[in-house]
Amino acid sequence: MSTTLSEAESRRVVSGYGVPVSPFVTGTSTAEVLAAVAADANVTFPVVAKLCGRAIAHKTERGLVRLRIADTDALAAACDELLGKAVPDDGKVEVLVSTMVDGNRELIAGLNDDPQFGMTVMVGIGGILAEAIRDVSFRLAPITEVDAAEMLNDLATQRLFGEFRGEREADRAAIVDALVALARVGVEEPGLRSADLNPLILVDGKPVAVDALLEIGEDGDA
Amino acid sequence: MPDLDALFDPKGIIITGVSKHPGKFGFVTLHNLLTSGYEGAVYPVSREPGEVLGLSVIGSIDDVPDGAAEMLFICTPPAINEGLLRQAAAKGVTAAFCAAGGYREAGPEGAEMEQRLVALCDELGIALAGPNGQGVVSTPSSMCAQIVAPFAPAGKIAIASQSGNFVSSFLNLANHTGVGVSRAVAAGNASVLGIADYLEYFTNDPETAVSLVYIESVDDGREMFERMAPLAARKPIVVVKGGASAAGARAAASHTGALASDDAVFDGMCRQAGLIRAKDVEEAFEAAATFATQPLPAGDRVVVVTTVGGWGVAAVDAMADTRLEPTALSDDLMAAIDEKLPPRWSKNNPIDMAGGETRDTVPEILQLVAEHPDVDAVVLLGVGIQSNTAAMIRGGPFFPNHGLERIVGFHERQDTRYAEAAAGISTATGTPIVVATELANAAPDNPAPATLHALGRLCHASADRAIRSLHHLAGHSAWRQARGL
Repeated sequence: MSTTLSEAESRRVVSGYGVPVSPFVTGTSTAEVLAAVAADANVTFPVVAKLCGRAIAHKTERGLVRLRIADTDALAAACDELLGKAVPDDGKVEVLVSTMVDGNRELIAGLNDDPQFGMTVMVGIGGILAEAIRDVSFRLAPITEVDAAEMLNDLATQRLFGEFRGEREADRAAIVDALVALARVGVEEPGLRSADLNPLILVDGKPVAVDALLEIGEDGDA
Repeated sequence: MPDLDALFDPKGIIITGVSKHPGKFGFVTLHNLLTSGYEGAVYPVSREPGEVLGLSVIGSIDDVPDGAAEMLFICTPPAINEGLLRQAAAKGVTAAFCAAGGYREAGPEGAEMEQRLVALCDELGIALAGPNGQGVVSTPSSMCAQIVAPFAPAGKIAIASQSGNFVSSFLNLANHTGVGVSRAVAAGNASVLGIADYLEYFTNDPETAVSLVYIESVDDGREMFERMAPLAARKPIVVVKGGASAAGARAAASHTGALASDDAVFDGMCRQAGLIRAKDVEEAFEAAATFATQPLPAGDRVVVVTTVGGWGVAAVDAMADTRLEPTALSDDLMAAIDEKLPPRWSKNNPIDMAGGETRDTVPEILQLVAEHPDVDAVVLLGVGIQSNTAAMIRGGPFFPNHGLERIVGFHERQDTRYAEAAAGISTATGTPIVVATELANAAPDNPAPATLHALGRLCHASADRAIRSLHHLAGHSAWRQARGL
């Protein structure tokens, strides 16, 4: 058996290893959330608010995500509404507020503890169609910067890394750093079974994870 | 790690289960061993006294002189093999190839006997190959110790396979192409020695330039990676995997897990370890044959040289699916070629000589291109067409009159010269020159493919396949360079 960490917990774990995530704060009440946003200069409007908790896996399907929140008043309303949607089965919940980042290009990155090969790290073309497109590349963790650069070269959709729809060329070195850091999570984080960073949006060419989900084995200590 | 010298270069061989019946494995193995010219002592052991293939059989391993044999080749059923191994060990045998089946693959009782076999070989200090394998081949020892055909010409490719069938496939391709083999072994049940053990031996083997493996099942992928990666950095390893389309078994809780098909992870492991992965047996053999006989290209820039048009266009098209690039000809190279060809030549890559070649043109152009610093590899097309014409003339009603004998001789000498030039110039310049013509299959006696065959170099059957082999060489070269190797 395994458990999934909440998005907030997952973000804290991966960012502790240097994986870039969009700036975020959390709170268990509307007042706490607003205070946290006011105190953190990195979290700037417009923001995204999500209700998250270990038992909540499918936020979008349950309508637990609010996008493009423009100001404090709208955020307060969103927090009230999201907290009101929690059901007893959700257990401990909190609202996660993060800066809304913009980019047309979405990658997916992840970890998977493979029964034959042990911990593996993946990068691919991300977004909601990731599992249909299946343009992905795997390596065994840990990886070097050279391995990570070759993973990007493996992907068939190379055009995504050039200048794209008015956005600058992808910063391959920054993506490489994120993958090397992610692979370290897989090797060093106790009990880790899998991780999804989906999507990993390219913002000014640099990767930023706007969602994170870590799965931890029963024997592991998260 | 057991010493495998006694398996690949034994100074004498004991074969058990030898029979006068030409359909039995013991007979076939003895036949193949004698036919391949193995020069060490051979001791056929049989229950029936007398002669087989001119050799007196012996009734017991106890009758083998002490120290006269290093390898035991087992064609007898599992129930008696433990006793035979003890006798053989007492005579100085240190390696055994167990061709006999009836072990793990036959059920729980066989599995138990296989466990005992493993424990016994460990106790006796015998390196155990198999059981349930087709045999072992070693050209430096002129040794075809196999229960099936074929043997192969000597060369630098070493083969290990989890399926004996594919050992035969690779050896058949070696015979067909003339690109030879150093060692070949079927892992069988691989109860002790597995693919990684053989690869370790091949990597240290001065007779081997490249390893070629067929893998079907991976028990411990992490261990495989950790053992193979340091070997691949020392000598190229070409891998073809069966069962590649099987989906991952684990129900995934994550997107990443759902995307982690066995093949995607295996493929990534190969790229990380520097293993060269081919999609099928033919591509794998041709890649290995190219590694074994050509220098590694320094980069991806390719120039195609062809006697006439269409072939060159197709070769450039084939590069689209690869890492290779048809590079532009630099001004100094253009000027140098202008000196050698009539003005109608293509003036770009592919270099289409437009039939303008005279006696020495092809070798001269090859030399100019291969030695140019902007060129990493060369594809030579259109060889053999002169001799193809010659063959029709030779078989026609007008030969040898009307001056035909002279022109036929000229054509055939030219194609021989082109093939020799491709081989010689690639060796001299350190730039790979791959040659392709369908005549390699359609008319293997044509002097162009026949000369390459005699030189032990691959004549690819199409430009696409030549490009594919070059792609593997260039990919491996890039893998090495990225790691400072």
